[in-house]
Amino acid sequence: METAVHIENLHKSFKLGFIPKTKKILKGISLTVNQGEIFGYLGPNGAGKTTTIKCILGLIYPDQGKIELFGHHHLSLKAKAQIGFLPENPYFYDHLTASEFLYFYSQLFLIKKNEREKKIKNLIQVVGLEKWADLQLRKFSRGMLQRIGLAQALLNEPSLVLLDEPLGGLDPIGRKEIRDIIVRLKEEGKTVFLSSHILQDIEMICDRVAIIVNGEIINQGTLQDLISEKILFTEIVISGVDIKELENMGEPFSERGGRTLLRVRKEGDVERVLELLRSKKGKIHSLIPRTETLEDLFVEIVKQR
Amino acid sequence: MKIRAIAFNTFKEAIRDRILYLILFFAVVCIGFSRLLAILTVGDRVKIIKDVGLASLSLFGALMAIMIGTGLVYKEIEKKTIYTLLSKPIHRFQFLLGKFFGLVLTLFIMLLLMSIIFLGLVFFHTFKVEWHLLIAIFFIFLELCLITSVALLFSCFSTPILSSLFTLAFYLIGHTAWGLEILIKKIKSGFGKALAQILYHFLPDLENFNFKTEIVHNLPIPPKIFLYSILYGVFYTLFVLTLAVLIFRKRDFI
Ligand SMILES: Nc1ncnc2c1ncn2[C@@H]1O[C@H](COP(=O)(O)OP(=O)(O)O)[C@@H](O)[C@H]1O
Ligand SMILES: [Mg+2]
Repeated sequence: METAVHIENLHKSFKLGFIPKTKKILKGISLTVNQGEIFGYLGPNGAGKTTTIKCILGLIYPDQGKIELFGHHHLSLKAKAQIGFLPENPYFYDHLTASEFLYFYSQLFLIKKNEREKKIKNLIQVVGLEKWADLQLRKFSRGMLQRIGLAQALLNEPSLVLLDEPLGGLDPIGRKEIRDIIVRLKEEGKTVFLSSHILQDIEMICDRVAIIVNGEIINQGTLQDLISEKILFTEIVISGVDIKELENMGEPFSERGGRTLLRVRKEGDVERVLELLRSKKGKIHSLIPRTETLEDLFVEIVKQR
Repeated sequence: MKIRAIAFNTFKEAIRDRILYLILFFAVVCIGFSRLLAILTVGDRVKIIKDVGLASLSLFGALMAIMIGTGLVYKEIEKKTIYTLLSKPIHRFQFLLGKFFGLVLTLFIMLLLMSIIFLGLVFFHTFKVEWHLLIAIFFIFLELCLITSVALLFSCFSTPILSSLFTLAFYLIGHTAWGLEILIKKIKSGFGKALAQILYHFLPDLENFNFKTEIVHNLPIPPKIFLYSILYGVFYTLFVLTLAVLIFRKRDFI
């Protein structure tokens, strides 16, 4: 498999404050993103996700380390021509309308003049902004800015799309729509690198993840590798039986409207609960086995530090 | 091509900025005020109008250059629009040059507007279009280009307020540096003279662009001085722009 992004031993520190004090932000980041995958860059706020992305883009210069995009030096125009970038909390020229803005950026690529209009129209449709194409960006809501941000990142049909917290600040519907677009990008063969501090986002769509805490990568791999498939416990919602009879099989977690949520730890106990229910003519409303989630892993790791 | 796209976007952004029209408004008021002055004073009325008019063009043009020059680059950094822009396949110097040409274009248009009003007012008094005034205005434009490059240089690394102050200082020093020349002639010799001479060579002399008196009074200007002033403007601007690019290339956008 070809690599899209290759980062080796990346270090970066900032000099901050009136009397400059050096603060280490990245402490030797190494990671590899394969072509065609959705790669999740996961870490709590302030871990250094945005800083890493800025290094990749050449917005800041690393103190040390090597970055390659598709085998090219990351600052070569050849590499830059192949990437699209959506910043965190995007904000764009508010004096321009959505289409004017995309037109401006399209001029920075070598997109032929007669192709521009068509391309822009198409992109506006992809991100669902048809109705607002001629509205000034100053009147755009958060979610709409996120969409136009995604559109500008896709102008050059990039092979690699870098998205910094692409789902941040969106409502559930907006999140789903952006997630769908990201998955579609993968289907088109693009590589997606996305950062997030929200696990569900990553868990749902990423092939591989790297977890960064405090400027260091502490885990990296496929989701299956990072999370055991082991069932932690099973949640069963039942009604029509006396809870006291279930006491030694699981912990009754909550009760509402005559229904009991039971958390069963041992696999054999699940069978016993079901048998008991059958004999007592009780009802079972749901049964969900809970495996370890990325969140569990994440919480565990962050707690250890 | 890429530079042009950035320049036109900068131009668009600038002309949609209200501050520009406020300054333009005051400039027009001042040019109009010259007429009042002319009525109240004895002497050559037309000369007063020309004097005050050209001075207004120069002063308010400089104000515009400082305001938009320091504002627009900083805004890109502050609002982070520069993040996506620089992640496109462009070089940083292209960004800076695009900004520069966009600002220069804006100033050109503003100067043009003010000149039309000014020439109109003069026409109203003399009943002929005095094209030779354009020579003085051309040198005002050269000066504005230089001021813009200085404003760009400062806004590469400091806040708009500080950059405005620095650029304003550059403008004021630039118009008083000729005082040093007199000083140099007065000082006998020694350390003081050497210092004054060094300062004189490094400080800008914006009076090189001031042909107002000569033009208004129809004095002859030797072509050598013309050429010198043009070259002075072009090379000084290039020098400052190069410096700006060197600083801009190295900086981190945290
Ligand atoms: N402009 C800035 N000024 C001061 N500190 C900053 C700035 N930007 C980032 N940092 C510091 O760098 C660290 C990493 O930030 P960042 O990469 O933005 O984290 P993330 O994107 O993972 O939330 C943070 O601890 C933050 O304090
Ligand atoms: Mg961030």
